[in-house]
Amino acid sequence: MTFLQLKGVEKQFGEVRTIKGIDLSIERGQFTVFVGPSGCGKSTLLRLIAGLETLSAGSITLDGRDITRLPSAQRDLAMVFQSYALYPHMTVAENMSFSLRLAKADPAVIKKKVDRAAEILNLGPYLQRLPRELSGGQRQRVAIGRAIVREPKVFLFDEPLSNLDAALRGQTRVEIAKLHRELGATTIYVTHDQVEAMTLADQVVVLRDGAIEQVGSPLALYDRPANRFVAQFIGTPQMNVVDREELPPTGLGVAGAAFVGIRPEDLRLTAPGQGQIAAQVELVEALGAETLVYLHTPRGAQIVLRQSSRTTLVAGDDVGVDVALDHLHWFDASGKLLAAAH
Amino acid sequence: MAPEGRSDYFGAAVRRLRMDFTSETGLKVALAIRSVAAWFVALLLFFPILFMLVTSFKTELQAIAVPSVWLFTPTLDNYTHVQERSDYLLYAKNSLITSVVSTLVGLLIAAPAAYSMAFFPSKRTKGILMWMLSTKMMPAVGALVPVYVLAQGAHLLDTRFALIVVFMLSNLPLMVWMLYSHFKDIPPEILEAARMDGATLLSEFRHVILPLAMGGIASTGLLCLVLAWNEAFWSLNLTAANAGTLAALIASYSSPEGLFWSKLSAASVLAIAPIVVFGWFSQKQLVQGLTFGAVK
Amino acid sequence: MRPIARLLLVPAVGSLFLWMIVPLAMTIYFSVIRYNLMEPGEHAFVGLENFRYFVTDPSFGTAIVNTLLLLGSVIAITVVLGVLIALLVNEPFPGQGIVRVLLISPFFVMPTVNALLWKHMMMNPIYGVLSQVWRAVGATPIDWLSDWPLLSVIIMVAWQWLPFAILIFITSLQGMNREQLEAARMDGATWLQQFRFLVLPHLARSIAVVVMIEMIFLLSVFAEISTTTAGGPGDASTNIAYLIFKQALLGFDVGVASAGALFAVLLANIAAAFLIRLVGKNMDR
Repeated sequence: MTFLQLKGVEKQFGEVRTIKGIDLSIERGQFTVFVGPSGCGKSTLLRLIAGLETLSAGSITLDGRDITRLPSAQRDLAMVFQSYALYPHMTVAENMSFSLRLAKADPAVIKKKVDRAAEILNLGPYLQRLPRELSGGQRQRVAIGRAIVREPKVFLFDEPLSNLDAALRGQTRVEIAKLHRELGATTIYVTHDQVEAMTLADQVVVLRDGAIEQVGSPLALYDRPANRFVAQFIGTPQMNVVDREELPPTGLGVAGAAFVGIRPEDLRLTAPGQGQIAAQVELVEALGAETLVYLHTPRGAQIVLRQSSRTTLVAGDDVGVDVALDHLHWFDASGKLLAAAH
Repeated sequence: MAPEGRSDYFGAAVRRLRMDFTSETGLKVALAIRSVAAWFVALLLFFPILFMLVTSFKTELQAIAVPSVWLFTPTLDNYTHVQERSDYLLYAKNSLITSVVSTLVGLLIAAPAAYSMAFFPSKRTKGILMWMLSTKMMPAVGALVPVYVLAQGAHLLDTRFALIVVFMLSNLPLMVWMLYSHFKDIPPEILEAARMDGATLLSEFRHVILPLAMGGIASTGLLCLVLAWNEAFWSLNLTAANAGTLAALIASYSSPEGLFWSKLSAASVLAIAPIVVFGWFSQKQLVQGLTFGAVK
Repeated sequence: MRPIARLLLVPAVGSLFLWMIVPLAMTIYFSVIRYNLMEPGEHAFVGLENFRYFVTDPSFGTAIVNTLLLLGSVIAITVVLGVLIALLVNEPFPGQGIVRVLLISPFFVMPTVNALLWKHMMMNPIYGVLSQVWRAVGATPIDWLSDWPLLSVIIMVAWQWLPFAILIFITSLQGMNREQLEAARMDGATWLQQFRFLVLPHLARSIAVVVMIEMIFLLSVFAEISTTTAGGPGDASTNIAYLIFKQALLGFDVGVASAGALFAVLLANIAAAFLIRLVGKNMDR
């Protein structure tokens, strides 16, 4: 049975329709990531689920209960804010125990739960510190700890890694993944970073302009994007999407298709004159473990090629590009996927 | 800089006199000049208060001696005398009661209003704040006649109650304004976090808003206490023997009772000392409050 | 949520509304009737009679002039000296904290204490400190309150408000962008040029605020006058506020006093309008 169900969820701010009719099912224990460009409405959607904004239309059901009209305090959800939102005048222990103290729980129980969360997150030595005495990473862990202590039905994360520096971000990402494995909690995670989406999610929801573009597992989105937007949003470097005329008319192709997409790793360099596409090298980026070659075709299309071996090519060299014909994606003029060769 | 040839000795001397204020010694000299000037001005400005303080420890004869006596054995007679005057105690009590009560009541009324405007703002919020400001700007003298007539009609002349009401209303716009800006300084995500943690409106206020805004509330209260204590316009006009405040008492010293300078000084020092000290602590609030936030 | 929010506003807005409307309405009403506290009985409608009486009071002209002189002088003194002193104490130096405390103290002295302090201890022609200073340099001491009553009041009020100006200007100076000054210094600007082109424009805003706040509060200067000169000798140190007081509480003529009060309110409104606009702009930032 679906644990969390969104039906026809709409949100309007004044004249602007920020969220346009969202239907979504989330299973118990599932890690769902809302991902999309800035302004796509992912944070708004999260806040609607949290109860921090009210719906203009639609309903939200959690574990069989309609929570659409319930205030945040009664939804049994916990949220980790982008800016952590720790209570500056309370110690770490008090921050984490606040919700339990409000519910007048037994102090012994409170202590046990706080200690357990502190142990999981390595916050033991900091329990009596104030937030201003902690580093950014530590504060973030306190914010997560505050959520864990509540043992909520769903964990909500609002771009939790965006305020951390790059090194800490990678580290914390791994920790969040491990945490989810340990606790098995239903989680909704908002980010603009598609790497976080790919690595953490059981289910990815790609949003654009307040509507869902596609829902699926990370690899499903990677291998079978429903449209050009998702195809080019997921995966770095971006999928190459070019005019279908770039490919030789060898009986390939799908009727009505205007564009064809191919991922950088599905292209191979060959000698000039060979392969399906003739191109000239613009730039070579040697990253060590892999090499990116930026090319342009005689018609002016830009494509990126990725390979694991080094190359001696330089800008200006002419090459041939071999296309893996069983990895092509065909899009019509509006961007919708017509067929993919998997 | 060595002068070139004897003919340039004069030039060198002039150069040395016109000091380079960015050099090491130049900076030190500039600092010294500035310090001396600053201390001089400060002491000059503070002098009347200092003089009054010193006079309060003199005997009356020493007080009116000309030229002023600076070396003398200090005495506490004036202070004990002042405190023995029963009307001094009464007036001091009146000052204390009127300023404290008017401030507390004012805070009780201002806090909900400030809370409402800070956390549930509407299109009218700005207009309401501006309007409240404007009520503060009406000169007290404009309301003197009606208030006097009303007080007289309600038999409230010469009562503490009248003063409390008037002080409270005079300072209310200030209190609302300052509490509003302190509430606004609380990051909204913290309140959202509290809401997610299960806090009702009241819990939110009690556990999060109040502790975080407490500093601002306290210094706002302090400032209004100072303003009410020093208030002389209404005190002089609405009260007489019963509800007079210290402001009125001091004024009464000026009636021809003879020259009781050292006693006057002692009474004055007692009247102003705590307030001057409070004032030192509420500087920041003073700037923000009395300029209605126009100067940060 | 919203109806509760509006309810919370009621006590504050309601009481201030009454505080504003009731006296104003009453003042307007009184100003057009005959009402003398000593004469019970009919309050006849007399139209603009009270206004005419107030305006033709021989002291009226003097009171207006005195009010403006008081306002103008105190504002000028506090702003000019305030800026200079603020500049002096802005940069750190030994004892800066104490100096600052000393400088702001006069503002917190009760106005009546202020008045008596100056009247007896400073300005008394025989025993006062100022007279001693005068004698020390060989001049005859001035009988301040008798010979220069308005000036004496101006000195007292300026002494009290100078700290306010200093505090405001110090606050403003400390909020000033340092890098601007450093850039100017590297561009070769002298201290005077820096002051004229960078510091003064920055201070312009707080100067405006100080001027307007003082305009509003100084209109009601009362305690100093009533405890020292009682408006005299004659009406030499009577301002509008004192004149109204004299009419109402000494002459018991509520009608005339109310007419006068409306004048004062009008003057205050002009100053207030500017200040509100300034503050309103600041709020939008």
